[in-house]
Amino acid sequence: MKLFSYLRSLALRLFRRSQTENDIEEELRSHIQHRAEDLERSGLDPAEAERRARIEFGGRQRFQEECRDVQVGNSIETLAKDVRFSLRVLRKTPGFTLVAVLTLALGIGANAVVFAALNGFILHPLDLPRPESLYSVHRVTDNSSNQSYPDYLDLRDRNRSFEDLAAYNILQAGLDTGDKPTSSWLLAVSGNYFDVLGVKPFLGSFFHRFDERGPNSAPYIILSHAFWHSRFHGDSGVVGRTVQVNKHPFTILGVAPPGFRGTLLFFSPDFFMPMVNQEQLEGESILQARANRWIFMIMGHLKAGVTPQQAAADFDSLSADLEKAFPKEHGHWTYALARPSLYGEFLGGPMRAFLSALMLLAGLILLAACANLGSLFAARAADRSREVALRLALGATRLRVLRQLFTEALLISLMGGALGLWGGVMLLDSLRAWNPFPQFPFYLPVTPDAKVYGVAVLLTLASGFLFGAVPVRQVLHTNPYEIIKAGSTGRVGRRITLRDLLLVTQIAICALLVTSSIVAVRGLGRSLYGDFGFEPRNAILMNTNLDMADYRGDAVPAMQKRMIEAMATIPGVTSVGLVDWPPLTTGDIPGANVYKDETTDLRPTNSVAPSLILRISPDYLSTAHSALLAGRNITWHDDKDTPNVALVNQAFARRIFGAESRAIGQYFKRRDGTRIQVVGIVEDGKYENLTEGPKPVMFLSFLQSPSSQMSLVVRSNADPQHLAGAIRNKLHELDAGLPFRVQPWSQAMKLVLFPSQAATVALGVLGVMAAMLSITGIFGIAAHSVSKRMRELGIRMALGAQRKEVLQAALGRAFKLLSFGSAAGLLLGILATRVLSFIVYQATPRDPLVLAGSVLAMFLLGLLATWIPAQRALSANPLELLREE
Amino acid sequence: MTDQAQLLPGTLDLLILKAVSLGPLHGYGILLRIGQISQQALLIEQGALYPALFRLVRQGLLKASWGTSDNNRRAKFYELTALGRKRLREETKQWDRLAAAIACALAAEPEEA
Repeated sequence: MKLFSYLRSLALRLFRRSQTENDIEEELRSHIQHRAEDLERSGLDPAEAERRARIEFGGRQRFQEECRDVQVGNSIETLAKDVRFSLRVLRKTPGFTLVAVLTLALGIGANAVVFAALNGFILHPLDLPRPESLYSVHRVTDNSSNQSYPDYLDLRDRNRSFEDLAAYNILQAGLDTGDKPTSSWLLAVSGNYFDVLGVKPFLGSFFHRFDERGPNSAPYIILSHAFWHSRFHGDSGVVGRTVQVNKHPFTILGVAPPGFRGTLLFFSPDFFMPMVNQEQLEGESILQARANRWIFMIMGHLKAGVTPQQAAADFDSLSADLEKAFPKEHGHWTYALARPSLYGEFLGGPMRAFLSALMLLAGLILLAACANLGSLFAARAADRSREVALRLALGATRLRVLRQLFTEALLISLMGGALGLWGGVMLLDSLRAWNPFPQFPFYLPVTPDAKVYGVAVLLTLASGFLFGAVPVRQVLHTNPYEIIKAGSTGRVGRRITLRDLLLVTQIAICALLVTSSIVAVRGLGRSLYGDFGFEPRNAILMNTNLDMADYRGDAVPAMQKRMIEAMATIPGVTSVGLVDWPPLTTGDIPGANVYKDETTDLRPTNSVAPSLILRISPDYLSTAHSALLAGRNITWHDDKDTPNVALVNQAFARRIFGAESRAIGQYFKRRDGTRIQVVGIVEDGKYENLTEGPKPVMFLSFLQSPSSQMSLVVRSNADPQHLAGAIRNKLHELDAGLPFRVQPWSQAMKLVLFPSQAATVALGVLGVMAAMLSITGIFGIAAHSVSKRMRELGIRMALGAQRKEVLQAALGRAFKLLSFGSAAGLLLGILATRVLSFIVYQATPRDPLVLAGSVLAMFLLGLLATWIPAQRALSANPLELLREE
Repeated sequence: MTDQAQLLPGTLDLLILKAVSLGPLHGYGILLRIGQISQQALLIEQGALYPALFRLVRQGLLKASWGTSDNNRRAKFYELTALGRKRLREETKQWDRLAAAIACALAAEPEEA
């Protein structure tokens, strides 16, 4: 029965058109039959009656068609007629059509791209089951999510809020699949990781919690889908194969599904391994060390009915218990829950703010584009008023005329939308394939999904209606007789119109964007040539980790010494220094709490300040061009057998000892109780990112505090390309099995510069778009006012008006709008740079160059936009003009 | 037949509304009714009735439904809607004014000088 009614409705839908057709036909036939019967009754024979009835009725076909036209007024045919007519009109004015379509394509493309980013980062970040209940646990106190392994186990087993808790850490390791070992990025994860996230293997199987039976008990790895493709060419035979990770055998258990890249956006690991095997990767076991917070993040699904606030309270009380049990390792901490995808609020907050601001700007740009097109359409409707009037006079309804104008608007918006979306998708594709940081597996989650397409289509239709609606009032008030009688010159409006308001808003947005992008570019310029406390230019970094070739204990500094000596023998090399984490190449340099020498109770709450730790060789400072301000440098004699010494930066000296002058010769303590004497003071610099304030840093001798993580800084006067080759050869001679990476220091800084670069590019692109829109907007209004007043201008000239006066008459209004909008935009821009200074290095609104640049840019823009109309106004030839009319 | 008057443009709608206001009718019925109430004085092209009817339905002045005529034939019946009734009143008033004005104008005698 159900099937029957379904079929019926389907048939109805399919035959709907012929149904109305039949209806009309039947009604007309019924009329003729009634008439024929009447005629028959009056004495005619049936055949004759029928014939007469038909004749009296008139052209049945014609009436039937007329009925149909009335009945299905919005039918496909009328639409097709409108579309054909619109296309013809648009083809007749290709310039207008092109400008309109491109304007809209820019607006819609920009919105689609920004929305895709917003969608990928904020709205729908992780393609995992039940994303709404997935939370990570963050310490509010020090704004981090790091945990030690024993703490993780305690939190996992004792909390009452999560179904289960998984943990992961980001590591780098040398992977040897039989040929050449390469450096890979991996996630060291808890055994329950995949089960907690609810991910199913693409191939083979995953490891589970029951596979963990103590340290180094689970030598398994899971490949990411992308890595399986790139490194193993999608060979399904890899499952069960054994590979070497940092020279230890691991079995490939399976391959993760295509969309799964862990839970941290931006980052795309090559493979996953159980964190209980951490010792094999890093040389020493830190699974028992409660104070070593090396786990990057813990996360899981909240139990049904538990709110994030309740869970945070649960963790606060757990943390208080742990603080009581382990006072040496624990501080007083409070917790909050956040989304795991953007490292909680740390990245999530600024990202959300920045993307929302971009979305707002993109929306405003589209609005400006619509305002522009609206003005263009209104101007066109005015120019076409004769045509419209004629059509009205010939009996077209206003509705029909409006519908035709709307069809034109929608056609343009559809073309623009399609073009914009196409461009946007191309841009997104190249963004996804783009990796600006060769040392880091970077991934931009900007896939255009159904939501992105939906938003683009919606915006397209909405903008079509929006700018199509601008000339409606005009058409509704058209009086055909007046216009045909008087011609279209009409009157010149003096009052402030909605169009003026839109244009001012648009110019203001443009000025805002121009100011912001100049600020961003200035900041970027400064950040490339700024004073970082070191000189990245002309320095080459060789980065590696000796764990990858299984160096242990004393072998580490010994090997590092050999490497330094080998580099120094390369011709052209002037100096070689070693540092474990070169400043501004990683967002996260390890640090530790610093205690005063007299402190005996070394619990975290008693520390003076946290400090970053850099382990360096004696020649590092001179190689990096970091100035030693006072005291002595570290020497080759500061090794294991001599007392611990450190260099500190100015910020450290001020924070720990109160003044720089008092620091030298003083001692401070680390948490394990080691006393360290300060022997020298180094100038302050930038270490983790460009917008940071002064940070305390201690520099330790790599002989006293060895680290297998290392970079050699090589400065030379030789050709960098040639030098990089020489460095590779030397390293190969020393140890052929050690993966490493060679790149200029300034290039390695890309990761740190990325936020400001991205902001600059985004603002720059939007700024250029806004400028283009403002130009077309001002041009439109100026050209329109000139063409409407040509006759007046001609008369003025005939009466002896000077060029200046003519220009003032023709363009005064456009210039007034321009200066008003620019002023408003500059003001907004100055306010907005306060926000920008969080992302961009030294973005200051009080930079005279920025202000001058913005004013100049807006002035040039106005000049460009009014140039052609001005020329036209000046070329007004009174004689010709007067003759014409 | 020959002394029938041509219909002024726009008046057909008014006539239809008036005819239907006296009771629901099908198309042919409307034609007959107009003939009857105008005492056969108006010439209406039969087919032209239908586009007008469809237009009035679309404007919401009439509503239509299928039924059976006196001759036992299927036919579409039209009746006035509330809006249609209102429109009929307005149009009638307007027509009266116009007719009176024109009649008055035409009745004017040349003034004797």
